[in-house]
Amino acid sequence: MSTITITPEVIAAHQLTASEYEKILSLLGREPSLTELGIFSVMWSEHCSYKSSRIHLKKLPTESKHVLQGPGENAGIIDIGDGVAIAFKIESHNHPSFIEPFQGAATGVGGILRDIFTMGARPIAVMDAIRFGRLDDPQTGARNQRILKGVVGGISHYGNCFGVPTVGGECVFEECYDGNPLVNVFALGVFKHDEIFYGKATGIGNPVIYVGSKTGRDGIHGASMASAEFTEESKQKRPNVQVGDPFMEKLLLEACLEAMKTGAIVGIQDMGAAGLTCSTCEMGSRAGTGVEIDLMYVPQRELGMTPYEIMLSESQERMLLVAERGREGEVLRVFRKWGLDAVIVGEVKADGMLRVKNHGEVVAEISNRALADEAPVYNRPYTKPLRVAPLDGPAIHSKDLTGDLKRLLASGDLCNKRWIWEQYDYQVRTNTLAGPGAEAAIVRIKETDLSIAMSLDGNGRYCALDPREGTKLIVAECCRNLSTVGALPVAATNNLNFGNPERPEIMAQLVESIEGLAEACRLFETPITGGNVSLYNETLGTPIFPTPVIGIVGTLPTGPPMPMHFVSEGRKIILLGGLGSPDERQFGSSQYAKVILDQIWGTPPKLDMDFEKRVQTTIRELVRAGAVESAHDLSDGGLTVALTEASFGPKGIGADVTLDSDLAPELLLFHEGPSRILVSTAQPEAVYEAAKKNSVNAIEIGATLRARMVIRNRTETLINSPIGDLYGLWNAALEHLLHSTVPVE
Amino acid sequence: MKVGVVVFPGSNCDHDAWYAVSHNLGQAAEFIWHDASSLGDVDAVILPGGFSYGDYLRCGAIAKFSPVMNAVKTFAREGGLVLGICNGFQILVESGLLPGALVRNSGMEFICRNIGLRVATTNSPYTNLARKGRVLHLPVAHGEGCYIAEDRVLDELQAEDRVAFYYTDNPNGSMRDIAGILSADRNVMGMMPHPERACDTLMGGTDGNIILASLVSAFAAGIPVSSASAGSASSIRTQS
Repeated sequence: MSTITITPEVIAAHQLTASEYEKILSLLGREPSLTELGIFSVMWSEHCSYKSSRIHLKKLPTESKHVLQGPGENAGIIDIGDGVAIAFKIESHNHPSFIEPFQGAATGVGGILRDIFTMGARPIAVMDAIRFGRLDDPQTGARNQRILKGVVGGISHYGNCFGVPTVGGECVFEECYDGNPLVNVFALGVFKHDEIFYGKATGIGNPVIYVGSKTGRDGIHGASMASAEFTEESKQKRPNVQVGDPFMEKLLLEACLEAMKTGAIVGIQDMGAAGLTCSTCEMGSRAGTGVEIDLMYVPQRELGMTPYEIMLSESQERMLLVAERGREGEVLRVFRKWGLDAVIVGEVKADGMLRVKNHGEVVAEISNRALADEAPVYNRPYTKPLRVAPLDGPAIHSKDLTGDLKRLLASGDLCNKRWIWEQYDYQVRTNTLAGPGAEAAIVRIKETDLSIAMSLDGNGRYCALDPREGTKLIVAECCRNLSTVGALPVAATNNLNFGNPERPEIMAQLVESIEGLAEACRLFETPITGGNVSLYNETLGTPIFPTPVIGIVGTLPTGPPMPMHFVSEGRKIILLGGLGSPDERQFGSSQYAKVILDQIWGTPPKLDMDFEKRVQTTIRELVRAGAVESAHDLSDGGLTVALTEASFGPKGIGADVTLDSDLAPELLLFHEGPSRILVSTAQPEAVYEAAKKNSVNAIEIGATLRARMVIRNRTETLINSPIGDLYGLWNAALEHLLHSTVPVE
Repeated sequence: MKVGVVVFPGSNCDHDAWYAVSHNLGQAAEFIWHDASSLGDVDAVILPGGFSYGDYLRCGAIAKFSPVMNAVKTFAREGGLVLGICNGFQILVESGLLPGALVRNSGMEFICRNIGLRVATTNSPYTNLARKGRVLHLPVAHGEGCYIAEDRVLDELQAEDRVAFYYTDNPNGSMRDIAGILSADRNVMGMMPHPERACDTLMGGTDGNIILASLVSAFAAGIPVSSASAGSASSIRTQS
């Protein structure tokens, strides 16, 4: 390998800049070998080093009395009481999922699950936020359908076989994701405080053990691939995508948790992006130690692999761990029981170096800190966020509001996603109190009286119009979902999906979004405990909408979940937070603008975060006091879609609503102003009292009614339809879209 | 009563079955590792759901070769109560303890959904507390749950009252809507739906308890497992 000369072309092929190469020369004090260059290139890639986002991510709040572990480890950890903790994180697998949807999505699930159980936590829930181009687009619809089917199939395959329930998420269709689908996977695990493990190579002389799948040539340079824009040649990158084996991962999970119980493991980390390279140098760097390995011991899938290939392979389902010297036998025995490869590949050293040998000959020798902590950090120039839409939209005058509602319900974003989530086992482990399609997913912790509620949200349209305000709205909505089921939001994870940060107007989107996230998370007291940044989401120079996806978790007492559907007839329907007072500019980011008018303009809805917080306090109090029979927050599609969704329960109970407003009917019915929650109740006085106490307006808008949806403004009937008709359209829409005939590629 | 839950590498409903038996039914439950050559002193065995050995071949095709299945076969032959759920059902048909086969769902996709299940017989250790014709609500979660068999076998199952459950709204294309079947001696049952997931009101229902409690009551009563088919040996549980 050392015979290959490092030329500027070789450096460029590793996606390192000339100045980055200069830095490598000065850190090493010599020229790197090709293996060393490869190691630097993956560790210093955007994907692993966060070099463009790091200085801005520092603005995020990361601490609270609940946080046991913030960013920097494999996942964040939150104390939930009773000696129990949860670990959770979100990660993207966008680029692989475009190149090979099934395996790209499957290994995305596998990667985040390993991040959770490498800390000692047993994964108990997964959620996915997935975004695609339009399914009915004449040019790209067929491809988008294929990508959706592949991604859903991959998530289903991996999660179901592994045995973790996929309990929620979101699926959105937008033209900007045409050549660049987003696949963000969130996972959450549970453990006791004394069962937490960290990715640290401590204890000089301790053996370093490799466990799990053999190393193959798959996924080499996956991390660098995920740090570049797509071009026509990207389709040639298929060999870079890894192949997942959920059965192996299940064995690895059980074996790791069992091995941890021996007490002989001192540190453990999964091999994810950048494989063996990342796990060795990060574990050494965190502990301030050196790690020396000899590649001849690494189990290999094929003959003739070079040190370069072994170090950069991203073969899945592998872990690296450090055991207490003298007790390695206890650890190896557990892995043998589960039929897994487990071999000692090296040991912890005092010198702080990553030293890689091959049959005794040193092939790489770099300081762990240089790789893990001294990656270049860029304060990339930023200007104003890229603006894609006009400020003012068209004149709006609907001829058929009930028809508009039907079109909205049958649209990709709002329709029933049952076709997707029925392919996921959302019940395995028998903890799922509320699963896909619910307001927020709720999973009980069996050993305690506590449950965890979780919600995953994004909104590219809001953020395209104003990344700062859009991101705040997402945090608010996520917290609102949790509060609506009675949970107290406690912590958050973020997946920032953006375009090319080397473009100042894209960098500006990222900066504004992070600052908005920081502000909202501070106010809602949901610190960010970890996450993922996915940049270069562009195809042929066209960036995606800035798409931060936020996952927030909350706690609540275990009990029957608060229904989002109307439960009985003749109950009062009260709107907490009121009708809102949007202007027409704030209507340009709505689903109505998207689906009915096929346009985007203006600004996102206006958010008053203090008011939002008070509304959420109110609903939490009401839910916990048992004062409401159902609760559903207003989001995409506004009041009318929320009322309709609340009518899609098993009994099909609808609503008879009379409003009193000067707003244009389209805005009144469909604007997406935040801080609003719909409740049905037999105790209206309790609702008014709680609202008054928290200085929140609460207006009675009508009553529940069997099988029909009627909405009037004063005396004018705006919407009138049997629930059955609306339900039928909503329920069948996704399968209809998936079978829509579009020209073949 | 003590129920053994077999754990194959890749089983993932093992803990759920264990929890339902021990917490929801209040009976003793223990795990049995796949390489065990004996079942110990258990009174009944559950083969749980999951993806045994990854199920990269036909589901259950590798599990049938595991050491524990020899013990399970002996146990069943001697009249022991064996309940296979989902992947456990697949393993039972692969092992020849139950007839027929389970193949890819007719819709080709994995389905996780609550379904209706009509009780077809109460003459079994798994349905004796149910009422014939009653519809139970249980979840299914499988990709390969389409039950198929030759007409002759299907006719025999029906003639011998060995269909335990029919789907009220067939989710997977199973022939004659069959969701669960009994062995000729009626001591072995396989079913695709998951009773262990419906043993707690918090989980949305308790119909699964009827099946598991039937098992407990059959054992407690020491009821001979009568055979509807002529000629079968009596299969009272005598093994201790």
